[in-house]
Amino acid sequence: MRTASNRAAHDSKRLPVCLRHLRIAATTAYFVRGSVCAFARSQSVLDPAGPQSMHVFRLWSWFLAILTAIFVIVLALTAWALTRRHRGIEQEPLERVHIPSRETERKLLWTVGSGIAATVLILFGLLIASVTTGKAISELGNKQNGMVVEVIGNQWWWYVRYVNDDASQIVVTANEIHIPVGRPVRIRGTSNDVIHSFWVPELNGKRDLIPSRITDEWIQADRPGRYRGQCAEFCGMQHAHMSLWVIADPPDEFEKWKARQLQPAVDPSDLHLQAGRDVFLKYACVYCHSITGTTANGQVAPDLTHFASRTTLAAGTLPNTKGNLAGWIVDPQTIKPGNHMATLNLKPEELQPLVDYLESLQ
Amino acid sequence: MTPLVATPVREIDDDRERRDLERSWRSKPGLVGWLSANTHQKIGMRYIVTAFIFLLAGGIEALLMRIQLAKADNTFLGPDRYNQMFTTHGTTMMFLFAVPMMEGMAVYLVPLMIGTRNVAFPRLNAFGYWMYVFGAILLYWGVFTNTAPDMGWFAYPPLSGPQFSPGKRVDFWAQMITFTEISALCVATEIIATIVKQRAPGMSLNRIPIYVWSMLIQSFMILFAMPAVMVASTVMLLNDRTIGTHFVNPWAGGDPLLYQHVFWFFGHPEVYLIFIPALGFVSAIVETHSRRAMFGYPALVLAQLGNAFVAFGLWVHHMFATDLPQIGESYFTASSMMIAIASGTQIFCWIATLWSGRVKMRTPIYFVLGFIFIFVLGGLTGIMLASVPLDLQVHDTFFVVAHFHYVLIGGALFPLFGAFYHWYPKMTGRVMDEFVGKINFWLLFIGFNLTFFPMHILGLHGMTRRIYTYPSEMGWEPMNALATVGAFIILLGGIVFILNAVNSRKNGEEAGPDPWDGGTLEWATASPPKDYNFLNLPAATSRYPLWTDPKERVVVTGLDDTRREVLVTTLMDAEPHHRLVLPGPSIWPFLTALFSAIGLYGSVFKFSAYYVAMLGAFVGLVGWFWPRRREAES
Repeated sequence: MRTASNRAAHDSKRLPVCLRHLRIAATTAYFVRGSVCAFARSQSVLDPAGPQSMHVFRLWSWFLAILTAIFVIVLALTAWALTRRHRGIEQEPLERVHIPSRETERKLLWTVGSGIAATVLILFGLLIASVTTGKAISELGNKQNGMVVEVIGNQWWWYVRYVNDDASQIVVTANEIHIPVGRPVRIRGTSNDVIHSFWVPELNGKRDLIPSRITDEWIQADRPGRYRGQCAEFCGMQHAHMSLWVIADPPDEFEKWKARQLQPAVDPSDLHLQAGRDVFLKYACVYCHSITGTTANGQVAPDLTHFASRTTLAAGTLPNTKGNLAGWIVDPQTIKPGNHMATLNLKPEELQPLVDYLESLQ
Repeated sequence: MTPLVATPVREIDDDRERRDLERSWRSKPGLVGWLSANTHQKIGMRYIVTAFIFLLAGGIEALLMRIQLAKADNTFLGPDRYNQMFTTHGTTMMFLFAVPMMEGMAVYLVPLMIGTRNVAFPRLNAFGYWMYVFGAILLYWGVFTNTAPDMGWFAYPPLSGPQFSPGKRVDFWAQMITFTEISALCVATEIIATIVKQRAPGMSLNRIPIYVWSMLIQSFMILFAMPAVMVASTVMLLNDRTIGTHFVNPWAGGDPLLYQHVFWFFGHPEVYLIFIPALGFVSAIVETHSRRAMFGYPALVLAQLGNAFVAFGLWVHHMFATDLPQIGESYFTASSMMIAIASGTQIFCWIATLWSGRVKMRTPIYFVLGFIFIFVLGGLTGIMLASVPLDLQVHDTFFVVAHFHYVLIGGALFPLFGAFYHWYPKMTGRVMDEFVGKINFWLLFIGFNLTFFPMHILGLHGMTRRIYTYPSEMGWEPMNALATVGAFIILLGGIVFILNAVNSRKNGEEAGPDPWDGGTLEWATASPPKDYNFLNLPAATSRYPLWTDPKERVVVTGLDDTRREVLVTTLMDAEPHHRLVLPGPSIWPFLTALFSAIGLYGSVFKFSAYYVAMLGAFVGLVGWFWPRRREAES
């Protein structure tokens, strides 16, 4: 396997030679990248973790360097035009005519003409770089060992299903996508309600999830880690609280995680937890949520079979802790106003067993 | 009938002529007279003042959003209010401020710059203005009753469809679009007719001021773009909602992407039809204040024309994330980048003009320089957005918010403020204070960059658009706080401008007809111009008639001053062709607009209100076109 730096060297060969000297400017982008440290939990385009996002980042560096140079040149030209001491028209006896001499006009014509020509050439270069990068990214997808994850947008959470020809191997979860490091993953997306957009910037660009259509995108993580993503298409009241995590594990850990997710929920032996399960099954929870291994089989809200293995609540709104969960169950509308979770009239003594039961669903 | 003759300027000074003109162009007194007025200066000024009020309204909405985003997990506005605010902000700035403001400036300036007395269809002009006002009332009725639209100014279905936006919010929005588009189409039609047929004799196509060219181009764009948004918002969306058609409703076999295509076929040209007139302002300011004929006149005109053409071929770059085939996307990347060629050409021409002219560093030039800084930066980030891979990363993030505010505020608002300073003397007879003007410029310039530059960085660090809050762990707080501070500096700049405008109206230096020693025809008449604009219609002996030798200047005599007569000239060479009597003041355009408004407001609640609108508008039009005895006899 080629290393990232190898690939960087390889790619720069494709760019026009005349742009080489801008290399230094391109590296400034890496310093900008250093400022990411100020952003504690990163969701950053400038911190690529996969081959797709790395391609985009490299293209970004080139664009930034070249376009910054153009910006500086245009401003310098303007400043020069205003500050130079002898202006053409002043030297010429043209008080009423307001047109400089033929010579000045010709000089300007040449300058402006070559400016336009340079613009056209640079744009061609950028166009070629852009299309080449787009092609390179799309070619990354067609790998033999790819795996397919179906992501369905909902107001305001993500349904996640690991597609498999063998029905017993299908994992269903929500708001968190575990992927094995180094393996390309195809995100096959659609939506159950309005248009959403799947975006995990450290792995790849966005892809809209559109009802009645299926869209495609490949992601790949080259190093283990947690990558935050967020819905990027305005999808209603709680668009702000619709994030997700992609968790890249080493392949063996991923397999372990998958094996656990395939199990039905463990039926509790503890009386306290059994009481919690009964609370869950007694209330309206079951109309929307499902827990495999119980009679709860609702299909319109996140699957809770392995709820406790997830790190956040309500699509990344809160960390998944017992305290937050209790607050969420009692009053979801204050935490995430407008969301579709029903407010239950639990009896005070029912809350603790319910929370403990849900948090036991590893 | 007296024959039309070209007469040297210095021979004319006729009091009787002046009296006749004043009598025939006078508006009627009283409220009815005010509602009946249809001279272009009055209607234009009303457009400008009304649109400015909506600039303030949109600005207040922006400030509320900035306060909400200033810190993480803020609760200043809830999600519902915030969504209403950003939708209303976008809608107001696009439909109630930017387009009407550009229309208003054109209605005021174009007849003066081409040397005629009024626009070609004065009553249509009045009608268009009232339709705009009624549309604006409809939207703000929603704002003040907490039923403002909350689905974004683009109103993508299915979010805006009947399932996910029950209630009347979207209907208010879609109906408001209908009003403002009718208004824009009215103005576009009359601007085209005015420019094509009413130019001063001698003002052949190659002598039209560049600003007038930009309005001609913009008006044609409106004719092609506005019907598209009416198809999207009224035919598809509103009908899906009110009578259950299924154009864009995926659960009834419709296609939500169809809406996006039609909407952006309008939506992208929309941006250009806001900033092309602004490019015209820049040209007018540059040539006047650098005291030099514009360098590269044909190149500038062709570049604007190129912008206008290409504008209709790049709408898909708003939809790169919808997974189109790669070959199609490459085409739209290329066409989006082509815009940079046309825009670059114009920038180079302006710099060349400044370089070889004798620049007087007055406030309008400051705004032009601010424009060059901001607009070039915005244009360059636009090139980034044209690239599919880059766009997929920064699309729908604050990077895009930064980009289009750089392009729109830099490309339209700064030239507009420059234009205010440039033409204020013409409109009021007094010059705005220069010192305060420069303070105004620096406040706006610094405030603007402080507000919007950090948004580039926020977008790159993953802050998506249209979110009402964000968790503090994301680290987005410092940049957002900075942006909010900047927004308040912009507010300060706006206040300084208003104070300057109000104060200069009373205490400003007397302007006289031509305070800047300008070259185009609007400077050839009194400031502010009389209702009839010119005592004698001027003739254009060159591209800059006022910069030619005064001895060579000529005017037209022989028009009948006892009625509203204008001279109609030929399309190419502007040779005198015939005289035209323009209609006088009438209350009927206002009443027609009122009847239509009642019907269209009602249709939000009951479809049958359309019939009321039809009937009312019919009555209005009959009154409007009822022949008058005097006109029939002549």
